[in-house]
Amino acid sequence: MRIDCKHVWEHISAYIDGEVDTGLRAEIDRHVETCEICSAVLDSTRNVVVLVADDRVFELPAGFSERLHARLDKELELAEP
Amino acid sequence: MTVSNPEFEADCIRRIQAGEKHLFHDLIRPCERPIYFLLLSLLRNEAEAEDAAQETAIKVYLNLHHFRGDSQFRTWVLSIARNEGLGRLRKTGTRREDSLDAEIDEQTGDYTPAILTSWREIPSESLERKELSALLRKAIEGLPEIYRNVVLLRDIEEMDVRETATALGITEGSVKVRLHRARALLQRDLAPRLKGFAPKRKGLFGWGA
Repeated sequence: MRIDCKHVWEHISAYIDGEVDTGLRAEIDRHVETCEICSAVLDSTRNVVVLVADDRVFELPAGFSERLHARLDKELELAEP
Repeated sequence: MTVSNPEFEADCIRRIQAGEKHLFHDLIRPCERPIYFLLLSLLRNEAEAEDAAQETAIKVYLNLHHFRGDSQFRTWVLSIARNEGLGRLRKTGTRREDSLDAEIDEQTGDYTPAILTSWREIPSESLERKELSALLRKAIEGLPEIYRNVVLLRDIEEMDVRETATALGITEGSVKVRLHRARALLQRDLAPRLKGFAPKRKGLFGWGA
């Protein structure tokens, strides 16, 4: 079975997460080797996933932790868990 | 991501309930990031997300005796955060009904990726880290809420499918479908604009591969 581009795109997310079975993985690998488009789509999707996971993209607001724990200190004094 | 440590958590909870209240700071600290970003994703307002995060932490403390240990502590905390966020949205009437979310899962939208073949050859003009962060944040903020939440927990906080499903109160199948669509939408939005970005990591966006 030769899979087409659309088929590859449908499974890209699961492929990146290692959630496709070995047969389908091999099909996708074979397709991507010769298909410039799918190879670029796969690379760019994977890269988006890598980039958004970077802690520096999403940072807590300055002083967030200090304010949270200061408020907790007040509550902890007042209430029992 | 901070990997959860059930033994540490169970020990902490026991000692907090026995009177060592200050240990609650250590217990909640690893959950701060996911609490805040889940709430920011729901409320889309930094000040309100911070206030809701503080309320969540207080509710976690007050309800600690309800935690049974049959789910991960962080998952339990995030469902409290989610309820806090949804409660606030309901109050202001900005929440769509959950049924609408379910319908969206069934819909077949257009998730065709951005097709780029020539981008590998385009000379790089590297984006500054700040610019890149702003671009990524904006793209994620632009996603529909149900996709944004899933990306946030799965790809930003790197939680697994099961934990994400429990925290958001949806099925594991929905997590996978939504994540797939979210990534497709992000790829389509970001790939054409990131083609000039040359990260140091080998192979990213085809550069240096």
